[in-house]
Amino acid sequence: MLDYMLPRYKVLRDADACVQCGVCERSCSNEVHRVDGELGRVVADHARCVNCQRCVVMCPTQALAIANWPQVGNGSNNWTLDYLQDIAKQAQTGAVLLASMGNPQPYPVYWDHLLLNASQVTNPSIDPLREPMETRVFLGGRPDALKVNERERAVLTDMPPQIKLDVPLMFSAMSFGSISLNAQKALAMAARELGTYFNTGEGGLHRDLEAYADHAIVQVASGRFGVDPHYLNAGAAVEIKIGQGAKPGIGGHLPGEKIDGEVSRTRMIPQGTDAISPAPHHDIYSIEDLRQLVFSLKEATRYAKPVAVKIAAVHNVAAIASGMVRAGADIVVLDGFRGGTGAAPKRIRDNVGIPVELALAAVDQRLRDEGIRSTVSLVAAGSIRSSADVVRAIALGADAVYCASAPLVALGCHQCQDCSSGKCNWGIATQRPELTKRLNPEIAAERVVNLVRGWNHEIQEMMGGMGINAVDSLRGNRLMLRGVGLNEKELEILGVKYAGE
Amino acid sequence: MGGRDALREGAVRIPSGCAIAGIMDRSGQRHDGSAILKSIALMHDRSNGLGGGFAAYGIYPEYKDLYAFHIMYESKEARTQTEAYLDTYFMSEKQERIPTENVRSIKNPPDIWRYFLVPHPVRLNMSELDEAEYTMQHVFHINGHIPGAFVASSGKDMGAFKGVGYPEDIGEFYRIGDYKAWAWTAHGRFPTNTPGWWGGAHPFTLLNWSIVHNGEISSYDANRRYVEQFGYECELQTDTEVITYLFDLLSRRHGFSQEMAAHIMTANAWDEIDRMDPERARFETALRIAYSSALVNGPFSVILGSDEGLLALNDRLKLRALMAAEKGSMVYLASEQAAIEIVCPDAENVRAIDGGVPFVVQLDEVARRKSTASAENVFAKDKPHPHEVGVLPNRRKGA
Amino acid sequence: MKRIYAIEAWCVDCRRCEVACKTFHSKSRDTVRAFKVEYPVPQSRIRVEGGRQLSLAVNCRHCAQPKCVEGCISGAMRKDPRTGVVTSDPQKCVGCRTCVSLCPFGAVHVEEAAGKGVAYKCDLCGDGKGQPGEPSCVAACPNRALVYVESEGC
Repeated sequence: MLDYMLPRYKVLRDADACVQCGVCERSCSNEVHRVDGELGRVVADHARCVNCQRCVVMCPTQALAIANWPQVGNGSNNWTLDYLQDIAKQAQTGAVLLASMGNPQPYPVYWDHLLLNASQVTNPSIDPLREPMETRVFLGGRPDALKVNERERAVLTDMPPQIKLDVPLMFSAMSFGSISLNAQKALAMAARELGTYFNTGEGGLHRDLEAYADHAIVQVASGRFGVDPHYLNAGAAVEIKIGQGAKPGIGGHLPGEKIDGEVSRTRMIPQGTDAISPAPHHDIYSIEDLRQLVFSLKEATRYAKPVAVKIAAVHNVAAIASGMVRAGADIVVLDGFRGGTGAAPKRIRDNVGIPVELALAAVDQRLRDEGIRSTVSLVAAGSIRSSADVVRAIALGADAVYCASAPLVALGCHQCQDCSSGKCNWGIATQRPELTKRLNPEIAAERVVNLVRGWNHEIQEMMGGMGINAVDSLRGNRLMLRGVGLNEKELEILGVKYAGE
Repeated sequence: MGGRDALREGAVRIPSGCAIAGIMDRSGQRHDGSAILKSIALMHDRSNGLGGGFAAYGIYPEYKDLYAFHIMYESKEARTQTEAYLDTYFMSEKQERIPTENVRSIKNPPDIWRYFLVPHPVRLNMSELDEAEYTMQHVFHINGHIPGAFVASSGKDMGAFKGVGYPEDIGEFYRIGDYKAWAWTAHGRFPTNTPGWWGGAHPFTLLNWSIVHNGEISSYDANRRYVEQFGYECELQTDTEVITYLFDLLSRRHGFSQEMAAHIMTANAWDEIDRMDPERARFETALRIAYSSALVNGPFSVILGSDEGLLALNDRLKLRALMAAEKGSMVYLASEQAAIEIVCPDAENVRAIDGGVPFVVQLDEVARRKSTASAENVFAKDKPHPHEVGVLPNRRKGA
Repeated sequence: MKRIYAIEAWCVDCRRCEVACKTFHSKSRDTVRAFKVEYPVPQSRIRVEGGRQLSLAVNCRHCAQPKCVEGCISGAMRKDPRTGVVTSDPQKCVGCRTCVSLCPFGAVHVEEAAGKGVAYKCDLCGDGKGQPGEPSCVAACPNRALVYVESEGC
């Protein structure tokens, strides 16, 4: 059957610069480039290109660029080329469209409508080079009041377990299987170096990463892959994943061909079988069931580890989060609809869930209205793109943020959204040995550490400008934000004033 | 005075610079307001005529067990409505207009009254609140819901005298020379806008707390949203208000000493905590974790007044001036050293107050009592209600 | 002395090292000119052996007792007594290939140039792109499969 699909991208090759060295050919796992000796030039199979930009970066003479396929649509804003192509693809395959990474649709990015404050005249900005500028955060449950002996300086209240973050961000869950061991190891090494945490996702903890277990948050999701008492007790904290921003309401599916020996051992499932995480936890059909799982995990870890519960940001998120706190969650994680994924049905990725900014603002306010915000930690996830987004998230009410896409970009990811093919040219979202070895964890960890250190300096600069020298005083400090280009309802939900007010 | 359209505190957040001063006799001997007036008047240039005020402790010994409400009214209706409300929830021993002096520079003062009250015993019992909580809730109600009425102070044996004007003029207006107190604090304000409203002047008070403050805290909204969880209503949008609520939350409700409350609000930096021995570090870490949102950030110097005495506190980076000095049983505090020396030229131990280190001045009698008391904090909700204000029979022991 | 080591675990067979070496050893030090116009054709001294699954960039070890120097019949191969770097002088080289047969690492190869064979090998170039003193191939490697580190003997 003739394939009606058009290529998405066109490889532009500067014939004057190309020396036919073949670096591009050897760099491309999609077999786009081929040095044709007969023609005396390099040719491209454009239809195979996914725009991962590995060849562009690797080319020694900067001879390459990737462009959109120059086909025009019919001018309709309704029947766009994207929709036509999706229909052509489904007519060909009869399958659910698969996609990766976060929601790319042009919904509003609220971060870009929130501006930060700085001190002028009436109070001084603080110079982070001269004064302490604290970005340390603890996550965990808290008592609403503390009992102490003031004379002996002793705490009488039993403090619930906490994890300590030297920077207010962690690396969100990405399982071994969805990403390579080298990628996970790079994040683990960076987490240790930075004093923060990586998250195993629902993929178990590979034995090579046990050395980093004190910087791991171990995830328990609906498939329970890799979960046993050793795993639960190895990590610094346990996270129950109810939902993921990229694909609220559905589970995960790692195809059998990706379950090689190592993945099989780590996930504790037979080699070659599909790893299917059910859409719901089949022991959680309601909020009271969540409480049972939370406390089962607390029992299993002797009440020594905080238990986080992660949900996708959906319509009734504030009430759900409030229920989670009452169900015993120490840390509430909200994952917005722009959060990434290794694979999700395209229609779900693009149409389900809500922006994390609104969810975070609504949850933080609801927990305050209920008087329980101070007893719990709140973590926001789902496309934190820069240090300014971190500052905004904290000012809206988060204790810390989770980010995954940004550190992946530091590892080399160019957001081509083709993770699900398993042919990641950057050695990240793949298990093929010839590709995974492209990611040297030593270099990768350095790059992630550089990124986060850079962000943390910027966070300190921004806090100093606001006259704040501890991230504690930024949390929920919405007066430090002003909206632009937002309507009254949006301002109301975000709890911020308009710029100029 | 402000234009007609000037926004009030509460409608807008107005940054202010300020002068503050405090004078206290630790022995409990009472002195008239002339010294504090002289001290704050010296710092004339630190305020701009748009706010001044005083708090005084020990001024109503004949009514010391009753809540003394100072209430400002902007209209007759406001007073009628407020007095009806007070009649419902309190029993009034005495009520009168606060005597004032005509001062040329003071324009359009509100009608200012004082009431000596006890909570209505039946309503108090029915509320299941302790007396302080009950009184506080009703103060919030009047300030938030009765237009044109503002409770300027609501403590026992204390009162606030404040308004729009230079502090020395406000002092003269209220005739503070006629009152005798064991502790005085004063405030001269330099607001950036024109708040055309007497209620917005400082000191800010709640129950026995009074606060005078110089600075603009950058953690304001984080602190506000923290205390609002616990029923405090930040009507005025001022730093002073939120700092007062933090003290009330930590000290009255959670039972910490004022010093510990101040320590929580200006917690040690993490790099200091990291250098402490593990036990002490554990203590400080637990405080910082549990009371993370009570950390006050940005420049401030405050003098907190209470029935125990005065407490002076600077932000942990020491971004605002505050001096202290002593002479015998007298303690002097002021934004500027000259404001101390003008009232006590031979003051001793003149020094700047360190950033983040609370400077505590207690009545001798309080200090004696505290030295033998338990050092463990008791939450207000766990304390038995000492409700019996003379009408109902005492609770049976063991009932 | 500092030597270049190849780490097969991280070699991804891109052969950017070969391109960089050839460029550095061209007259123009420009990749496009080196590949397209220069004559004699500049030669890369490093060679990636193997394929996608397993590859390794082979180059000179700059041995303490270099066989190539011992066996050189024209005095073209020489070990600098101060730096320890082993180089081949194309002027003196007669293309006899003794060095090629003696090198235990396969790090020397002979190419036709100006009508005779000339032995080419790594000269630890340095001062191209990258850190000061870092050879071009090391600077060009995207995955730290070539490292330039201090080592004793060889």
